[in-house]
Amino acid sequence: MIQIVRTGPLCTVQDRGRAGYAAIGVSPSGAADRRSLGLANRLVGNAETAACLEITLGGLALRARRAMTMALTGAPVPSTVDGRAVAMNSPFGLAAGALLVLGVPRAGLRTYLAVRGGIDVPEVLGSRSTDVLSGLGTAPLRSGTVLSVGRAGAGWPNVDVAPVPELPAEPVLRVLPGPRDDWFTGGAVRTLGCTPFDVTPDSNRVGIRLHGPVLERARHDELPSEGMVRGALQVPPDGRPMLFLADHPVTGGYPVIGVVVADDLPLAAQLRPGQRIRFRYAPGGR
Amino acid sequence: MITVIKPVGEHAALVELTGAHGVYELHAALRQRPPAGMTELVPAARTILIGYDPARTSFARLASVVRELRPSGVATNAGRLVEIPVRYDGPDLDDVARCTGLGHDEVARRHAACEYVVAFCGFAPGFAYLGGGDPALRVPRRAVPRTRVPAGAVAVADEFSAVYPAESPGGWQVLGRTESRMWDLTRDPPALLAPGDRVRFAAVSR
Repeated sequence: MIQIVRTGPLCTVQDRGRAGYAAIGVSPSGAADRRSLGLANRLVGNAETAACLEITLGGLALRARRAMTMALTGAPVPSTVDGRAVAMNSPFGLAAGALLVLGVPRAGLRTYLAVRGGIDVPEVLGSRSTDVLSGLGTAPLRSGTVLSVGRAGAGWPNVDVAPVPELPAEPVLRVLPGPRDDWFTGGAVRTLGCTPFDVTPDSNRVGIRLHGPVLERARHDELPSEGMVRGALQVPPDGRPMLFLADHPVTGGYPVIGVVVADDLPLAAQLRPGQRIRFRYAPGGR
Repeated sequence: MITVIKPVGEHAALVELTGAHGVYELHAALRQRPPAGMTELVPAARTILIGYDPARTSFARLASVVRELRPSGVATNAGRLVEIPVRYDGPDLDDVARCTGLGHDEVARRHAACEYVVAFCGFAPGFAYLGGGDPALRVPRRAVPRTRVPAGAVAVADEFSAVYPAESPGGWQVLGRTESRMWDLTRDPPALLAPGDRVRFAAVSR
């Protein structure tokens, strides 16, 4: 059992999400930064399907009721166990009753905490993830929340620390054009690939609202609602794109000018308000 | 009939069809014989988005399999009728009245006069796209979507009406509000409306 003492702005339980329910309007959800989730689980010897805590802008403090093994990945955050510093990307022990305290990340947005055995909250439609758009899953954690921990698997990780590259200050996200790039002017399509955009504070697990040059339409009729994907750059009539993340709506009626490649989505999940980003067209993988 | 199939990132393909009936038929065929590597199916107004695992198939292979599917005519069920009470006092009633050239009362009357059919679901759990509305009430989405639309909001955009099941961002024009719950995890099934169901809105005052 884990007892939450304090949380920062947002702390939710996340796993790999609930894909396959889009036809009844359920977003895939899951960790915004899948790469960090996977690494955290592997560092403590969990199955890839185990649930972790996704901690936005640090601030989490918790106590373990019994001895546990944990690991922190994602946005690097100064952390202590009973006052002793613990490293990122490396398994560490928490004795029964010990207090883990996370500071605020210097870079990035989302830190992941894996506990050996996995966070054990009820599943909804096959996943333990919290979907902030629909409210499916366990409510965001608060002071006093008590969480069960599952039974550990047999394997132990053979690693002390995983080398993880630093987050870039001005990330460049690779984009594949379409499916509705033909709804925009040639100038808009070119602009997307060469002009910087700023991350606005109006961003969350649903998506990142970007501020930058207006992306002008070539067509002004209405687009019938159609299926949306993670990484999609959806552009409403005001011309300012929204980059969809884990809790994105399943369908939408604004045209998608391009889709960020899957390998760059973990970078997108770590973007902070005020950060400047660029897009670069990737060679099409058709 | 399929007009075009486009790639969407590296994990999905968007199939465009000529009409809503084409969507219904292809969706049924894909559910009956799912192509290898398919991970997700999102039917919508004129399209079906097919998610795939690039380790198991490719865009080209999937597109080829989809084109070769010959959907047989699928019978549509006459679904059950669901009545939804509405207070027609929404924030976009002014804009819709202006855009259609009708008065507030006339917009509300015409909206409640139709029998709608659930064409497909999407956008959010419990969000059903209702077709069969009055063509005179056909209006575009808001130019700037709202950051927050309340739960129970009854709204229109293009040829569809819908009820927002929970508070969320949204770009539809809000005509009014209902107390009916579109999505309830304590209920079985959790969604009030499913494709094929028929819907009537009933105006209530206060």
